Amino acid sequence: MSHLTRRGLAAACLALSLSAIPASAADLELRFFYPIAVSGPITKLVDEMAAEFSKAHPGVTVKPIYAGDYVQTIGKALTAIKGGDVPDMAILLAADIITLTDEDAVVAMDDLATTAADKAWLAGFYPSFMENAKLGGKTWAVPYQRSTPVLYWNKEAFKEAGLDPDVAPRTWAEMRDFAKKLTVKDASGNVTRWGLEIPSDGNTSWLFTGLATANDVRLVNAEGTKTNFADPKVVEALTFFRDLSTVDGVQPKGLTSWGAAPRDFLEKKIAMIWTTTGNLSNIRKNASFPFGVGMLPAKAHFGAPTGGGNFYIFKGTSAERRKAAFEFVKWMTTPENSARWSIATGYVATSPAAWATDAMKAHVADFPQAAVARDQLQHAVSEITVHEGQRVMKVFNDNLQAALVETKTPETAMKDAQAEAERILAAYR
Amino acid sequence: MRAPSRSDMPETGRSFGPFRSPRLRTVEAWLLLLPSVVLFAAFTHLPFVRTFVDAFFSTPKGRRPSHFVGLDNWSDLAHDPIFWKVLINNTWYALGTIPLSVGIALVMALWVNGRIPGRGLLRMAYFTPTVLPMIAVADIWLFFYTPDYGLFDQIRGLFGFAATNRLGDPSSALVAVMVVAVWKEAGFFMIFYLAALQQIPPDLRDAAAIEGASRFAFFRRVIWPLLMPVTLFVLVNAVINAFRTVDHIFMMTGGGPDNATNLLLFRLYELGFKFWDQGQASALTVVLIAVLSTLALVQFLIAGRGVHYR
Repeated sequence: MSHLTRRGLAAACLALSLSAIPASAADLELRFFYPIAVSGPITKLVDEMAAEFSKAHPGVTVKPIYAGDYVQTIGKALTAIKGGDVPDMAILLAADIITLTDEDAVVAMDDLATTAADKAWLAGFYPSFMENAKLGGKTWAVPYQRSTPVLYWNKEAFKEAGLDPDVAPRTWAEMRDFAKKLTVKDASGNVTRWGLEIPSDGNTSWLFTGLATANDVRLVNAEGTKTNFADPKVVEALTFFRDLSTVDGVQPKGLTSWGAAPRDFLEKKIAMIWTTTGNLSNIRKNASFPFGVGMLPAKAHFGAPTGGGNFYIFKGTSAERRKAAFEFVKWMTTPENSARWSIATGYVATSPAAWATDAMKAHVADFPQAAVARDQLQHAVSEITVHEGQRVMKVFNDNLQAALVETKTPETAMKDAQAEAERILAAYR
Repeated sequence: MRAPSRSDMPETGRSFGPFRSPRLRTVEAWLLLLPSVVLFAAFTHLPFVRTFVDAFFSTPKGRRPSHFVGLDNWSDLAHDPIFWKVLINNTWYALGTIPLSVGIALVMALWVNGRIPGRGLLRMAYFTPTVLPMIAVADIWLFFYTPDYGLFDQIRGLFGFAATNRLGDPSSALVAVMVVAVWKEAGFFMIFYLAALQQIPPDLRDAAAIEGASRFAFFRRVIWPLLMPVTLFVLVNAVINAFRTVDHIFMMTGGGPDNATNLLLFRLYELGFKFWDQGQASALTVVLIAVLSTLALVQFLIAGRGVHYR
């Protein structure tokens, strides 16, 4: 038995010493952390694209590392950095830009984009996606898997309710009136189909940004140092949101589930839902009825948040590695690759050039709903991006939820949220 | 720590192993303890000491290193309304889940200990929730609770009741997640009770029968006292779990609505890994450790008095 163990030990030593010899002295292996936040075979696609890049760039290998959802991915990246084991790049929430610069964890893209061609590429993305890629006059991130919420409607239900199945509600008032007509009750007064659902659990603030923006108010300033939660227009938007359940009776009471909303829609329990474009492929594949996709309805004007993730390149690696990482980011966001990613996932392609590719044009011709998100971008603003982002967001979400479940009035809730946000942000002014 | 002297050792009259002298025996004892001491120190005691120290320092940021802030983290915690809400939530959570899961475990164990047909199947059925990961359990219950077409609402619908939104309503959300915890835990505790019940010699039952004791008297005077050591063990575990099991909160509510289902450990996760507030998170960790050790001590010192080990 003992000589067997010894032989095993010798083999292990040999294996170790072999693996310690690099395949080639010049070979760079870049570690790329990425999250998955929507359904679909995304891991496979990321691996494919990384392999193609590695093949086209001898001497550089990109190793994609799936790291969970967005919160877990930034957690793993920051922990690795604090431990001195710096990854090369990651896709992280666009809204995490302030956290990442406060932690001094990322390099500015301007410092890497030195040639005229690089600068032109960096200027080629939609401005609303660049809003939370820039901070303090510098660009820290490159838009990649970006989304925006849209309104999905069930055309069959519209027909039943005597509405034109091809016309989406364009204003808040229309949305409420349509929803009233679409709400169906049985003989004993129980609702069998709701007119509308704007999911409200979890990160309530994202969809609420769509309501607030349409009501002509910005929730935070551009520097991310001051919130505007107690503005009367914010309170008005929140009151409208709450009343859809409590006064108009067109939306289920209590908090409604973000995760269950697409299923509620597919089960025909809800005639109209607000959810991300990231669900487009899923709903298209599973809907047993014709459905439409429209912009979020307007109050003073149209308005919607953007969301999703950007590419970041980390500090603390060698200049050579950062340059290689930059090449990878550029390659992933070429019009062709951006279009390919968008078609496969439902994320919004991030540059006008991507929408001009043949592949994207063919996709839009086949599936016009995909273009609604692009058209909404001109009215879109960045999601809430502030210092101590997660903490301020939590305060805001808690109070939005308190108002929606009627434990606080909208006025009190927003006043409380503003006071708490002031306290948190005081250190950053 | 003092090394055990010879007089502390039980006089067994012989020593084992190659070490015959008392000093070498001490060395041997320490060598045997070494692996677990090293592991314990490295992964339990040192991190705790570090956490305790960190609780008095500010959170380091990229551009602002950590500095000593005295009791600031603690007073921030005390002024945080969510901390108090979470503490109260967790107290209700513990008061609700511990007696229920232990009580149900005992009833189930007594039930499947008797001679009934299909006993093996029943035992397996009761134990199944324990085998499932908490995330899977949460997913199943998420379906049960889904408004309108979830299991509960479908059953209610048969009788003409309206749909409910238990997880989305602050007055019912905490109870809803407590039910899940009880469902998950009871089967686990049942196994311990079942094992203990099978250790009870059958002649005690015969003796009680001869004395003419009723089944209830037999349970109260014989079985229950004999189960006390297991009850203590189960209680300690139930208390720890009431503060430790939060996986389903992630899946089902994320602590909402408006912190109605936020518990100490979930709050700790938020502070530590969502807000990256190391100082506050360290202070809360110390609070959590203090609560748990106090409860365990109280249980061993007070409840332990009524326990008779055979």
